[in-house]
Amino acid sequence: MSLWEYANPKKFMSFTAPILPVVTVAALVCLVSGLVWGFFFTPEDYRQGSTVKIFYIHVPSALMAINAWFMMLVASLIWLIRRHHVSALAAKAAAPVGIVMTLIALVTGAIWGQPMWGTWWAWDPRLTSFLILFLFYLGYVALWAAIDDPDTAADLTSVLCIVGSVFAVLSRYAVNFWNQGLHQGASLSMDAEENVADIFWYPALVAIAGFVLLFIALVLLRTRTEIRLRRIRALETRARRS
Amino acid sequence: MPELGKYAVHVLSSYGLSLALLVGIVAVSLVRSRSVKARLEALEKQDG
Repeated sequence: MSLWEYANPKKFMSFTAPILPVVTVAALVCLVSGLVWGFFFTPEDYRQGSTVKIFYIHVPSALMAINAWFMMLVASLIWLIRRHHVSALAAKAAAPVGIVMTLIALVTGAIWGQPMWGTWWAWDPRLTSFLILFLFYLGYVALWAAIDDPDTAADLTSVLCIVGSVFAVLSRYAVNFWNQGLHQGASLSMDAEENVADIFWYPALVAIAGFVLLFIALVLLRTRTEIRLRRIRALETRARRS
Repeated sequence: MPELGKYAVHVLSSYGLSLALLVGIVAVSLVRSRSVKARLEALEKQDG
Protein backbone atom coordinates (compact mmCIF):
# COMPACT_ATOMS: atom_id res chain seq x y z
CA MET A 1 0.00 0.00 0.00
CA SER A 2 1.37 3.40 -0.99
CA LEU A 3 1.25 6.60 1.05
CA TRP A 4 -0.06 8.38 -2.05
CA GLU A 5 -3.35 6.47 -1.77
CA TYR A 6 -4.32 8.95 0.96
CA ALA A 7 -4.06 11.75 -1.59
CA ASN A 8 -7.34 10.41 -2.93
CA PRO A 9 -10.04 12.59 -1.26
CA LYS A 10 -12.40 9.65 -0.70
CA LYS A 11 -9.64 7.55 0.86
CA PHE A 12 -8.52 10.51 2.98
CA MET A 13 -12.07 11.03 4.29
CA SER A 14 -12.55 7.39 5.23
CA PHE A 15 -9.07 7.11 6.75
CA THR A 16 -9.34 10.25 8.89
CA ALA A 17 -12.93 9.78 10.11
CA PRO A 18 -12.04 7.31 12.92
CA ILE A 19 -8.68 9.02 13.66
CA LEU A 20 -10.06 12.51 14.24
CA PRO A 21 -11.96 11.83 17.52
CA VAL A 22 -8.97 9.95 18.96
CA VAL A 23 -6.53 12.76 18.15
CA THR A 24 -9.00 15.35 19.50
CA VAL A 25 -9.38 13.57 22.84
CA ALA A 26 -5.59 13.04 23.12
CA ALA A 27 -5.06 16.75 22.34
CA LEU A 28 -7.52 17.84 25.03
CA VAL A 29 -6.01 15.50 27.63
CA CYS A 30 -2.42 16.62 26.95
CA LEU A 31 -3.30 20.31 26.65
CA VAL A 32 -5.33 20.43 29.86
CA SER A 33 -2.84 18.31 31.84
CA GLY A 34 0.21 20.24 30.58
CA LEU A 35 -1.29 23.67 31.25
CA VAL A 36 -2.82 22.72 34.63
CA TRP A 37 0.45 21.09 35.71
CA GLY A 38 2.48 24.10 34.58
CA PHE A 39 0.13 26.73 35.99
CA PHE A 40 -0.82 25.18 39.34
CA PHE A 41 1.93 22.74 40.26
CA THR A 42 5.26 24.27 39.30
CA PRO A 43 7.26 26.76 41.36
CA GLU A 44 8.26 30.30 40.45
CA ASP A 45 11.60 30.85 38.77
CA TYR A 46 14.15 32.52 41.05
CA ARG A 47 14.76 35.29 38.48
CA GLN A 48 11.54 35.51 36.47
CA GLY A 49 9.06 34.97 39.30
CA SER A 50 5.60 33.75 38.28
CA THR A 51 6.05 34.96 34.66
CA VAL A 52 7.80 31.63 34.04
CA LYS A 53 4.27 30.14 33.79
CA ILE A 54 3.87 31.94 30.44
CA PHE A 55 6.52 29.49 29.18
CA TYR A 56 3.94 26.65 28.96
CA ILE A 57 1.95 28.60 26.37
CA HIS A 58 4.59 30.73 24.66
CA VAL A 59 7.07 27.97 23.76
CA PRO A 60 4.55 25.39 22.42
CA SER A 61 2.68 28.01 20.38
CA ALA A 62 5.92 29.44 18.92
CA LEU A 63 7.10 25.94 18.09
CA MET A 64 3.80 25.16 16.36
CA ALA A 65 3.75 28.49 14.51
CA ILE A 66 7.06 27.61 12.84
CA ASN A 67 6.34 23.91 12.31
CA ALA A 68 2.87 24.61 10.90
CA TRP A 69 4.60 26.61 8.16
CA PHE A 70 6.96 23.70 7.49
CA MET A 71 3.98 21.35 7.25
CA MET A 72 2.43 23.79 4.75
CA LEU A 73 5.74 23.84 2.85
CA VAL A 74 5.83 20.04 2.53
CA ALA A 75 2.15 19.97 1.45
CA SER A 76 2.78 22.79 -1.05
CA LEU A 77 5.77 20.99 -2.54
CA ILE A 78 3.69 17.81 -2.91
CA TRP A 79 1.03 19.87 -4.70
CA LEU A 80 3.57 21.51 -7.03
CA ILE A 81 5.36 18.25 -7.84
CA ARG A 82 2.60 15.62 -7.80
CA ARG A 83 -0.58 17.74 -8.13
CA HIS A 84 -2.43 15.99 -5.29
CA HIS A 85 -5.39 18.20 -4.39
CA VAL A 86 -5.62 16.96 -0.79
CA SER A 87 -2.12 18.24 -0.05
CA ALA A 88 -2.97 21.73 -1.36
CA LEU A 89 -6.17 21.71 0.71
CA ALA A 90 -4.27 20.53 3.81
CA ALA A 91 -1.87 23.47 3.45
CA LYS A 92 -4.83 25.83 3.07
CA ALA A 93 -6.50 24.27 6.12
CA ALA A 94 -3.39 24.64 8.28
CA ALA A 95 -2.83 28.36 7.65
CA PRO A 96 -5.52 29.83 9.98
CA VAL A 97 -4.34 27.47 12.74
CA GLY A 98 -0.78 28.69 12.14
CA ILE A 99 -2.01 32.30 12.36
CA VAL A 100 -3.54 31.61 15.78
CA MET A 101 -0.33 29.91 17.01
CA THR A 102 1.80 32.81 15.75
CA LEU A 103 -0.51 35.37 17.32
CA ILE A 104 -0.44 33.55 20.68
CA ALA A 105 3.37 33.43 20.57
CA LEU A 106 3.62 37.13 19.66
CA VAL A 107 1.12 38.29 22.29
CA THR A 108 2.43 36.13 25.14
CA GLY A 109 5.99 37.06 24.16
CA ALA A 110 5.15 40.77 24.39
CA ILE A 111 3.38 40.31 27.74
CA TRP A 112 6.33 38.27 29.07
CA GLY A 113 8.89 40.70 27.62
CA GLN A 114 7.43 43.77 29.30
CA PRO A 115 8.37 42.86 32.90
CA MET A 116 11.51 40.84 31.98
CA TRP A 117 13.11 43.02 29.29
CA GLY A 118 11.41 46.30 30.19
CA THR A 119 9.74 46.52 26.77
CA TRP A 120 6.78 44.98 24.95
CA TRP A 121 8.65 44.77 21.69
CA ALA A 122 12.17 45.06 20.29
CA TRP A 123 13.35 44.83 16.68
CA ASP A 124 15.38 41.81 17.67
CA PRO A 125 16.24 39.33 14.83
CA ARG A 126 14.01 36.54 16.16
CA LEU A 127 11.06 38.79 17.01
CA THR A 128 11.27 40.60 13.68
CA SER A 129 11.46 37.40 11.61
CA PHE A 130 8.55 35.99 13.63
CA LEU A 131 6.47 39.10 12.91
CA ILE A 132 7.30 38.77 9.18
CA LEU A 133 6.24 35.09 9.36
CA PHE A 134 2.91 36.27 10.82
CA LEU A 135 2.49 38.69 7.90
CA PHE A 136 3.28 35.85 5.48
CA TYR A 137 0.53 33.78 7.11
CA LEU A 138 -1.95 36.64 6.59
CA GLY A 139 -0.78 37.07 2.98
CA TYR A 140 -1.11 33.34 2.35
CA VAL A 141 -4.74 33.26 3.57
CA ALA A 142 -5.54 36.46 1.65
CA LEU A 143 -4.07 35.02 -1.57
CA TRP A 144 -6.22 31.86 -1.30
CA ALA A 145 -9.28 34.10 -0.80
CA ALA A 146 -8.40 36.42 -3.68
CA ILE A 147 -8.19 33.85 -6.49
CA ASP A 148 -11.28 32.10 -7.83
CA ASP A 149 -9.64 29.21 -9.64
CA PRO A 150 -8.59 26.72 -6.91
CA ASP A 151 -5.65 25.25 -8.87
CA THR A 152 -4.20 28.68 -9.66
CA ALA A 153 -4.69 29.67 -6.00
CA ALA A 154 -2.90 26.49 -4.90
CA ASP A 155 -0.01 27.20 -7.32
CA LEU A 156 0.49 30.80 -6.21
CA THR A 157 0.08 30.14 -2.49
CA SER A 158 2.58 27.26 -2.78
CA VAL A 159 5.16 29.65 -4.24
CA LEU A 160 4.38 32.15 -1.46
CA CYS A 161 4.83 29.35 1.08
CA ILE A 162 8.28 28.49 -0.32
CA VAL A 163 9.34 32.16 -0.09
CA GLY A 164 7.94 32.50 3.45
CA SER A 165 9.91 29.46 4.58
CA VAL A 166 12.97 31.69 4.76
CA PHE A 167 11.31 33.53 7.65
CA ALA A 168 10.17 30.30 9.30
CA VAL A 169 13.83 29.19 9.33
CA LEU A 170 14.95 32.62 10.52
CA SER A 171 12.34 32.59 13.31
CA ARG A 172 13.90 29.39 14.58
CA TYR A 173 17.60 30.11 14.02
CA ALA A 174 17.91 33.93 14.04
CA VAL A 175 19.38 33.76 17.55
CA ASN A 176 22.16 31.49 16.24
CA PHE A 177 22.73 33.42 13.00
CA TRP A 178 22.98 36.84 14.66
CA ASN A 179 24.28 36.65 18.17
CA GLN A 180 22.43 39.78 19.24
CA GLY A 181 19.01 40.92 20.41
CA LEU A 182 17.00 40.30 23.53
CA HIS A 183 15.59 36.88 22.81
CA GLN A 184 17.40 33.91 24.34
CA GLY A 185 18.42 30.78 22.44
CA ALA A 186 16.63 27.44 22.63
CA SER A 187 14.99 26.60 25.98
CA LEU A 188 14.20 23.07 24.90
CA SER A 189 16.56 20.86 23.00
CA MET A 190 17.46 17.22 22.42
CA ASP A 191 20.68 18.09 24.24
CA ALA A 192 19.82 17.79 27.97
CA GLU A 193 22.54 20.32 28.85
CA GLU A 194 20.63 23.10 27.09
CA ASN A 195 17.27 22.38 28.69
CA VAL A 196 15.48 24.24 31.42
CA ALA A 197 15.24 22.44 34.79
CA ASP A 198 13.22 19.20 34.78
CA ILE A 199 10.52 20.68 36.98
CA PHE A 200 9.64 23.11 34.14
CA TRP A 201 10.64 20.75 31.30
CA TYR A 202 8.18 17.88 31.95
CA PRO A 203 4.94 19.93 32.04
CA ALA A 204 6.24 21.87 29.02
CA LEU A 205 6.68 18.59 27.12
CA VAL A 206 3.08 17.59 27.89
CA ALA A 207 1.83 21.04 26.82
CA ILE A 208 3.85 20.78 23.58
CA ALA A 209 2.30 17.37 22.90
CA GLY A 210 -1.12 18.99 23.46
CA PHE A 211 -0.40 21.81 21.00
CA VAL A 212 0.95 19.37 18.37
CA LEU A 213 -2.09 17.09 18.69
CA LEU A 214 -4.49 20.04 18.64
CA PHE A 215 -2.83 21.27 15.45
CA ILE A 216 -3.17 17.81 13.85
CA ALA A 217 -6.82 17.53 14.92
CA LEU A 218 -7.68 20.98 13.56
CA VAL A 219 -5.85 20.40 10.28
CA LEU A 220 -7.65 17.07 9.77
CA LEU A 221 -11.03 18.65 10.57
CA ARG A 222 -10.41 21.68 8.35
CA THR A 223 -9.01 19.59 5.47
CA ARG A 224 -12.13 17.43 5.57
CA THR A 225 -14.19 20.64 5.38
CA GLU A 226 -12.17 21.87 2.39
CA ILE A 227 -12.67 18.53 0.60
CA ARG A 228 -16.42 18.76 1.19
CA LEU A 229 -16.45 22.36 -0.07
CA ARG A 230 -14.72 21.26 -3.25
CA ARG A 231 -17.31 18.54 -3.71
CA ILE A 232 -20.08 21.14 -3.22
CA ARG A 233 -18.50 23.31 -5.92
CA ALA A 234 -18.32 20.34 -8.29
CA LEU A 235 -21.99 19.44 -7.69
CA GLU A 236 -23.11 23.06 -8.13
CA THR A 237 -21.14 23.37 -11.38
CA ARG A 238 -22.66 20.12 -12.66
CA ALA A 239 -26.16 21.33 -11.72
CA ARG A 240 -25.63 24.64 -13.55
CA ARG A 241 -24.47 22.87 -16.70
CA SER A 242 -27.36 20.39 -16.84
CA MET B 1 -4.93 29.37 42.73
CA PRO B 2 -1.13 29.80 42.86
CA GLU B 3 0.35 33.00 44.27
CA LEU B 4 1.32 35.03 41.20
CA GLY B 5 2.49 38.14 43.04
CA LYS B 6 3.16 41.33 41.11
CA TYR B 7 3.06 39.51 37.76
CA ALA B 8 -0.50 38.21 38.18
CA VAL B 9 -1.87 40.48 35.43
CA HIS B 10 0.83 39.36 32.98
CA VAL B 11 0.37 35.66 33.63
CA LEU B 12 -3.44 35.69 33.74
CA SER B 13 -3.78 37.86 30.63
CA SER B 14 -1.38 35.56 28.74
CA TYR B 15 -3.42 32.49 29.64
CA GLY B 16 -6.76 34.26 29.10
CA LEU B 17 -5.91 35.61 25.64
CA SER B 18 -4.29 32.36 24.50
CA LEU B 19 -7.18 30.19 25.63
CA ALA B 20 -9.66 32.59 24.01
CA LEU B 21 -7.77 32.36 20.70
CA LEU B 22 -7.57 28.55 20.92
CA VAL B 23 -11.26 28.21 21.75
CA GLY B 24 -12.01 30.65 18.92
CA ILE B 25 -10.21 28.65 16.21
CA VAL B 26 -11.73 25.39 17.47
CA ALA B 27 -15.24 26.90 17.50
CA VAL B 28 -14.91 28.49 14.05
CA SER B 29 -13.54 25.24 12.60
CA LEU B 30 -16.34 23.14 14.14
CA VAL B 31 -19.16 25.48 13.10
CA ARG B 32 -17.83 25.71 9.52
CA SER B 33 -17.35 21.96 9.36
CA ARG B 34 -20.93 21.30 10.46
CA SER B 35 -22.50 23.84 8.11
CA VAL B 36 -20.48 22.59 5.09
CA LYS B 37 -21.31 18.97 5.92
CA ALA B 38 -25.03 19.78 6.15
CA ARG B 39 -24.89 21.72 2.85
CA LEU B 40 -23.17 18.83 1.07
CA GLU B 41 -25.63 16.27 2.43
CA ALA B 42 -28.55 18.41 1.23
CA LEU B 43 -26.99 18.79 -2.22
CA GLU B 44 -26.24 15.06 -2.52
CA LYS B 45 -29.81 14.23 -1.54
CA GLN B 46 -31.06 16.66 -4.18
CA ASP B 47 -28.66 15.16 -6.72
CA GLY B 48 -29.96 11.69 -5.98
